[in-house]
Amino acid sequence: MTARVQGSGFRVQEDPGQIEGSGQALVRIDGLTVDFHTEDGRVRAVEDLSFDIPKGGTVGLVGESGSGKSVTAMTLMRLIPTPPGEISAGRVEFDGQDLLSLSESRMRRIRGKRIGMIFQEPMTSLNPVFRIGEQVAEVLRQHEGLSRRAARDRTLDLLTQVGLPRPKQIIDSYPHQLSGGQKQRVMIAQAMSCEPDLLIADEPTTALDVTIQKQVLDLMGELQARYGMSLLFITHDLGVIAEVASQVVVMYRSHKVEEGPTEALFQRAEHPYTRGLIACRPALEGNPRRLLTVGDFMTAEGEALEVPSDRLLPQVKRSEAELDKDKPLVEVTDLKTWYPVTGGLFGKVVDQVRAVDGVSLTIRRGQTFGLVGESGCGKTTLGRSLLRLTEPTAGQIVFDGEQVTAADERALRRLRKRMQIIFQDPYSSLNPRMTVADILLEALREFRPKASRAEHRETASALLDRVGLSASHLGRYPHEFSGGQRQRIGIARALAVQPEFMVCDESVSALDVSVQAQILNLLLDLQEEFGLTYLFISHDLSVVNFISDYVGVMNEGKLVEYGTAEQIYTHPQQDYTKKLLAAIPRGL
Amino acid sequence: MLPRYILKRLLGAIPTLLILVTIAFFLIRIAPGGPFDDDRNLPPDILANLEAKYNLDQPLGVQYLNYLGSVLRGDLGPSFQYSDFTVNELIAEGFPVSLRLGGSALLMALLFGVIIGTIAAWRQNSRLDYLLMGSAMTGIAIPNFVLAPILILFFAVYFGWLPAGGWGGGALRNMVLPVIALALPYMAYVARLTRGSMVETLRSDFVRTARAKGLPEWKILGKHSLKVALLPVVSYLGPAAAAIITGSVVIEQIFGLPGMGRYFVQGALNRDYTLVMGVVIVIGVLIVVFNLIVDIIYALIDPRIRYE
Amino acid sequence: MSTPASAMSNFDHAAAASGRSLWHLAWLRLKRNRAALTAAVVLAVIFLLVIFGPILSPHSFAHPYWEQISAPPSLETRHFFGTDSIGRDLFVRTLHGGRMSLMVGLVATGVALLIGVAWGAIAGFVGGRVDNIMMRVVDILYALPFMFLVILLMVVFGRNILLIFVAIGSYIWLDMARIVRGQTLSLRQKEFVEAAEALGVRAWVIIWRHIVPNLLGIVAVYVTLTVPKVILVESFLSFLGLGVQEPNTSWGALVNEGAQDMEFAPWGLFFPAAFLAATLFCLNFLGDGLRDALDPKDR
Repeated sequence: MTARVQGSGFRVQEDPGQIEGSGQALVRIDGLTVDFHTEDGRVRAVEDLSFDIPKGGTVGLVGESGSGKSVTAMTLMRLIPTPPGEISAGRVEFDGQDLLSLSESRMRRIRGKRIGMIFQEPMTSLNPVFRIGEQVAEVLRQHEGLSRRAARDRTLDLLTQVGLPRPKQIIDSYPHQLSGGQKQRVMIAQAMSCEPDLLIADEPTTALDVTIQKQVLDLMGELQARYGMSLLFITHDLGVIAEVASQVVVMYRSHKVEEGPTEALFQRAEHPYTRGLIACRPALEGNPRRLLTVGDFMTAEGEALEVPSDRLLPQVKRSEAELDKDKPLVEVTDLKTWYPVTGGLFGKVVDQVRAVDGVSLTIRRGQTFGLVGESGCGKTTLGRSLLRLTEPTAGQIVFDGEQVTAADERALRRLRKRMQIIFQDPYSSLNPRMTVADILLEALREFRPKASRAEHRETASALLDRVGLSASHLGRYPHEFSGGQRQRIGIARALAVQPEFMVCDESVSALDVSVQAQILNLLLDLQEEFGLTYLFISHDLSVVNFISDYVGVMNEGKLVEYGTAEQIYTHPQQDYTKKLLAAIPRGL
Repeated sequence: MLPRYILKRLLGAIPTLLILVTIAFFLIRIAPGGPFDDDRNLPPDILANLEAKYNLDQPLGVQYLNYLGSVLRGDLGPSFQYSDFTVNELIAEGFPVSLRLGGSALLMALLFGVIIGTIAAWRQNSRLDYLLMGSAMTGIAIPNFVLAPILILFFAVYFGWLPAGGWGGGALRNMVLPVIALALPYMAYVARLTRGSMVETLRSDFVRTARAKGLPEWKILGKHSLKVALLPVVSYLGPAAAAIITGSVVIEQIFGLPGMGRYFVQGALNRDYTLVMGVVIVIGVLIVVFNLIVDIIYALIDPRIRYE
Repeated sequence: MSTPASAMSNFDHAAAASGRSLWHLAWLRLKRNRAALTAAVVLAVIFLLVIFGPILSPHSFAHPYWEQISAPPSLETRHFFGTDSIGRDLFVRTLHGGRMSLMVGLVATGVALLIGVAWGAIAGFVGGRVDNIMMRVVDILYALPFMFLVILLMVVFGRNILLIFVAIGSYIWLDMARIVRGQTLSLRQKEFVEAAEALGVRAWVIIWRHIVPNLLGIVAVYVTLTVPKVILVESFLSFLGLGVQEPNTSWGALVNEGAQDMEFAPWGLFFPAAFLAATLFCLNFLGDGLRDALDPKDR
């Protein structure tokens, strides 16, 4: 399959003369091929990859999970464990020297000194048992030979430069005392400490909230301008790439499929994969009725397709007056869900975490209510409280005229079948020991206990068919499916009881963009077919905008603003909403 | 904060110790027989006199409360078997021996176990790793009461390098075999534990960061990984200490050492109520204190743990 | 609508086969682990020997041959492992002692399994105050020097095989309870349990269908590692002379007797010690292999 992708022709922009920056390349990667030896034999992670990173320039490396982009970065640092990894072919030239043939001790003098690196997970990338100052200073002591005192002074200076508040306090803190954004700043300070010629950033903002992401991106841009270093920025997010990179390399299934200046690439992408990748991400305006997917642009074998014109019909959102004609289905009044914080010998309650703190909202039948907010704002707790999967502390939930909050166990069991939930993590939302058939049958038996097994199996097949899988998948186990397929199974399970209302809790957040588009489209199709009502919870403002009729913005347990999608996105009233919207990477 | 934490933990240990004393007290009292009905066949009036002397003629509940009271005053009572000694004196004599034996064994197990485990993790899946871990597994599979006679057979009987038993005033020559016999199984366990935890730590993100910083391998291994990888080993110290105390009962018996463990089995067989109780209490307190020390060490290594 | 074809394309090659469960995959991994397989085979041999071995010998385990005291191993007299200090056949005694050791190991582990799994699963699933109290009980018991109480118990009530089971089992279960509770707690928070709740599945069905099957792996590993622990404890007690009663025996008791005469009759120590060590060794190896097979990230 991979050969065809390559055959479809992406060697077009190999002319190095095109590359911007100060003209000369700092890094030249030529014909790089990396293999991994696994239980299932040899797996090619990167094949025949070539590109340059200009001095002082930024190259964005884009691709979905498993495309080989992180392996490329690790190869540049020579941090691929061998075995199981093996660099089978190619050259990596850094400032004139061949990195792949350097001795390990000379390579160590490049790592951290001439090439700095920051990673995706700030939470786990710092050593939990050493102080921040120690971790940054040890780079300086290692490479610059600074004394303990001098290294500490320089560290303090670096922490100030990356914009950390109270650097004197942070230098003596441990990682767990810092927020995710702060940790990523420390990682940047650490990587920048020896003023490297090249900074490799592997998904540096993926784990961060949008507002923090913006701050970190700004900081990286600022530092790059000040020190004139080159930057290799790896991400799956095209919006982010457009903000930082002047040159983009697109990877797909271990291959480079396209390369070019960012603006040109976004406007005139040639490879169908790139075009699909750009199109499948919902924009803030001008979206089609259903999102385009990579599958609209090319076949699984890599052959380009013509996108049918009916796929391009624009999305039409209903006006507020029209929306308000629908009957309310879920009415929430002053809902509070507090978690007790226990302490002491016998678990006395010492404090309360106000996860949801007085939220009122109405969700109307057949509509989608989008709930956005940053991590920890209480949006997930609100979703679970509606189904009483988490017990609310106070307030009222009315579903179709019936009290949810006051329902006894029997009434609640009955009500829950009309309200379902689709989860975020496709890996923990399916019981690994049950086949797809068992998973669906469990739901179907709850719904219609009297029906025969054969009838249930038939319904299960139909459900799978409806969510884009097939009856042949019934006998399989969850671990045999990809993330997107598991999410489809989760949707089928929820559909099995024919609910009216579904809570989608970050249901597409863990998926690659192209798969995300497919699932969003599926949700819209199902809504149209069954008249479903959604509460769509997400941290991703573009996705919420695309799918929602009404949008609510949550912060610190409270609903700070609430209106139609259009109102919120074009005329935000609250400062918090404005700040959130300003932080969205705009793309081009 | 630390003193308050220690106080709180010690208060928290009171129920444990109370339960221990209670169980042990009633368990040994409901046993058939008493301390004076050996083969001596004392006349009834002398027996009654003896029992009155030691308050054994009173109701069990009263005896229990009396005993608790004297324990709280730090008095473990007179020994029935060694009638010239108090239990306090006997324990003061045996405790240092046991402590030295157990302490040396624990240190040895810890030190060599960690070193072996680290080397095995560093050379993960090499022949050296397999050799070390295979030996460690063998070490775990050979209980110390099997190991001890074998060691004696070779080093004392066949080669005659070391004494087969006796304390010798705590001379190094006399210590070598008992300490090795006691330490080896736990050393093997610590080695396996260290290797496992080290291998996992070496895969973690922060080790990748340390590599990307260009740190030399010894720093990555000996500084960044080891400190984190030691945490499970530290947690194991509590159970290990308890096991070593238990193991020293047989080791003291096999090597004929004048430690505390020896008193226990003999005392129990002779129904020497106070001596048995004394040993149980000392060991209970020892375990409580040791667990507390382990928790404090843990919190010193891992800043995420706070005393609360 | 979106194209299901593209979503499924990378799975076409496998579409025909039916699913492979995690158990099946674990079994495949275990089969590849030569050390664990060897351990399993050796264990099987020891089990068979212990059960059927005594039939192969003309001697009984309790009969003293006064004319052959502490005789070395010999094929002629059919004392394959020699005799002990009162002339009893050590081959039969070793296997007979093995029966005792293995039986204690299995039964006490069974006791621990029952109490530990029930205790841990209830604490973990119910959570809250119940969990708090149940786990505090475990903590308190954990801090007791249990071996000393067991020794007391044996001294007090005499050597009683049933008592050994109960005494050891009632102490070994603490570990099991902690592990099962931790696992249950983490399963409880898994989204598939919430999904079942949202579907209206009853609590006991959730425990049975979603919690228990996911506990089996870790429990299996744990059982394999508990059996050698129990055998060790029993041997320890027997070594102190507190275990099984004469003329019955166990490996620990045989080691004790063997150690006393080891200078002139080392076979009396060697054979029971070798059987004991081999059994512990193989059980530990098998447990390790199981753990690797069931939880492949632990490689």
